[in-house]
Amino acid sequence: MDDARGHARWVRVSHWIGAASLLVLAVTGFVILMAHPRLYWGEVGNDLTPALFELPISRNHQHGGWDTPRPFFARAGAPVSASRTYDIFNENGWGRSLHFLAAWCLVVPGALYLLGGLFGGHFRSHVWPGSRELAPPVVWRHVVDHLRWRIPPATGGPRYNVLQKVAYSSVIFVAAPLMVLTGLAMSPAVGAAFVWLPRLFGGYQSARTIHFCAFVVLVLFVLVHVVMVAASGFRRQMRAMTVGE
Amino acid sequence: MKTTGLITRRRAIVAGLASIGGLVAARLPRELPPTYGNLLRMGDTLTYAAHRTLLPAHSLVREYGLGDLTSFPATGTTNSAVSVKSALGEEYRCLQAGAFADWRLIVEGRVARPRSFSLAELKQLPSRTQITRHTCEEGWTAIGQWTGVPLSAVLDAVGILPTARFVVLHSVDDWVDSLDLIDALHPQTLLAYGMNGGDLPVPHGAPVRLRLERQMGYKSMKFVRRLIVADEFDDGGMSGSIQNGWAWYTGI
Repeated sequence: MDDARGHARWVRVSHWIGAASLLVLAVTGFVILMAHPRLYWGEVGNDLTPALFELPISRNHQHGGWDTPRPFFARAGAPVSASRTYDIFNENGWGRSLHFLAAWCLVVPGALYLLGGLFGGHFRSHVWPGSRELAPPVVWRHVVDHLRWRIPPATGGPRYNVLQKVAYSSVIFVAAPLMVLTGLAMSPAVGAAFVWLPRLFGGYQSARTIHFCAFVVLVLFVLVHVVMVAASGFRRQMRAMTVGE
Repeated sequence: MKTTGLITRRRAIVAGLASIGGLVAARLPRELPPTYGNLLRMGDTLTYAAHRTLLPAHSLVREYGLGDLTSFPATGTTNSAVSVKSALGEEYRCLQAGAFADWRLIVEGRVARPRSFSLAELKQLPSRTQITRHTCEEGWTAIGQWTGVPLSAVLDAVGILPTARFVVLHSVDDWVDSLDLIDALHPQTLLAYGMNGGDLPVPHGAPVRLRLERQMGYKSMKFVRRLIVADEFDDGGMSGSIQNGWAWYTGI
């Protein structure tokens, strides 16, 4: 419809609200993770249970610092209690509050963006890849072109090529909703109201681990996105996404 | 033709927003915690108001089976007798030496019959046992079994006045926190004196700790010694969460 006219104003506004929220969410999420950089699967995980993996991102990583564990029951393998004997790095009160404030800034405009994109035809005509574009030879040709660094020049908006469409669709329809749902699954109040939500992801700690993995995927997306913007013509792309063409 | 359509749609949206606004206003808590102009506290308040407005008030958290019990870290104050350097710490040491036989929970404020409860008196009130997940703000979780008296039973015993809106808690380790009445009267909100079938261990807040299952772990105050029923919000000053940069509402 308006393919030649660059990004619609509401798309540009949504883009920068989303970008700012994502940046704040990524930084504060990292700060929150620093308090306990261990990830688990299932409902439960703590310093007295084995981790799926640990991240060396703060001094809380792989520490000792617990007094002698006392079993709750007189049987082998009984769960234990142990007291922490050291001060951990735990300055994330501000990070958590800012994380949820940024989440509000992402979720409310994000929901409006989804409604607008769905009913205004933006997703159908610009973002969602068509079956013809998804034919393996077409996709393959685009992949090879990108790998050989034959980047198409900036168009300042739609139309997007099939790799862009797949990347944007994955973020808009998979990664972002997954991020919101796994985040909500970690809320004790939301988990009480919707008991199926943490279960859907296999438990609280699984939801936390998926939340972290989706964060890594989104950070990689942003890196590639910024590189491609620069490679295809930074000035034109930035003008198109800010003041418009 | 097009203009008419636009106006109609706009009217529909305005009417829709107004009715949603009406519903929200009807369910909003009558008193919101202070923000002191702090942007982060405004975000906390937005979440609190949204939860109170959109989520059912009495939903229960998931309860587990005995086979689901897990190891349970004790963090924060793990022994008030050692780490509390005040008269309260000294008093706690004496109470602990006497197996808490002389311990009393003071319940006062906006109640009809202010009084104190011994541990034996609390155990005579109706009891509830639940196996729930503790969710620490740091990111870890643990499942424990808690036995105690529902806070609502204690509040019934003293008779809270109709103007009351908050329950303020004081602990031995000089922490002050508060709950609104929706949380205070929730059936899974306990003053717990038992854990995993035994007495509540000292590292987990003996003799009595709060269990507040729909919020983060740090709201489940350990070493509770005093309850004050209040009409107005009390941020606890420098002993409370807000002025230390931590959220008051952590249903998240």
